[in-house]
Amino acid sequence: MVAVAEHPAVDPDVDFHDPRQRAELTPHSWPVLAAISAGGGLGGLARYGLGEAFPWRPGAFPWSTFAVNVSGCLLIGALMVLITRRWPDAKLLRPFAGVGLLGGYTTFSTYVLDIRNTVAAGRPGVALLYLGGTLVAAVTAVWAGMAITGRLLR
Amino acid sequence: MTIVAVLIGAAIGAPVRYLVDRAVQARHESVFPWGTFAVNVTGSLILGALAGLSTSDTVNHLVGIGFCGALTTYSTFGYETARLAQEGARPLAVLNAIASIAAGLGAAYLGITIAQAVS
Repeated sequence: MVAVAEHPAVDPDVDFHDPRQRAELTPHSWPVLAAISAGGGLGGLARYGLGEAFPWRPGAFPWSTFAVNVSGCLLIGALMVLITRRWPDAKLLRPFAGVGLLGGYTTFSTYVLDIRNTVAAGRPGVALLYLGGTLVAAVTAVWAGMAITGRLLR
Repeated sequence: MTIVAVLIGAAIGAPVRYLVDRAVQARHESVFPWGTFAVNVTGSLILGALAGLSTSDTVNHLVGIGFCGALTTYSTFGYETARLAQEGARPLAVLNAIASIAAGLGAAYLGITIAQAVS
């Protein structure tokens, strides 16, 4: 199985291979949902703020969404290592910071619409670069976040 | 008011993502992250539909930037893809990346097409 005790779970939102997370399957998970909601609201506001600060013109490379998604991936990599190794008993940390804050901060729907709109603006090359560039940078950022944090905790 | 709209939309979208992810993940045993796949494709469909309609600024901020933005996630998607590759399930990681982006794009175009057809 993928999720063994030494490693962070595969699904950072909720992974039922982890017995601690399976315990969240109770009907009374209101503190968890409230933490996710609070984190999600703050994350969404941060993303919105960056989008307003660096507005995007159709056809240009969507730097704001790119930066949001890649930095969010760096932080989730760091966070999951911290939760697994340092704070395994902080029950609301993953819901608030991981599921809520970083999940609400990063976005897949805007990424996809950015690609579509860049193609529609007659810049398919930029769209393809953005599509592949975000994916590669995001996955690399997760690895970097995990590796750096893992080294710092050693 | 746009800030409040984004805040409310995102504060709803994030827990909905969690509940959908949980419901989907509880119904299968594979390591493929179907839950995240489901929310990302659904959010792309809704955002596409919104783009195809001429909605008010408040609705765009509430549903588009707030709700769809928080319902969908790149951090979870990126993390799952990286973790699958790390755990030796590299073909699954590649499949997750390609399928999520292809289905998300398809859903966005579908949403735009449907919205334009009905409006």
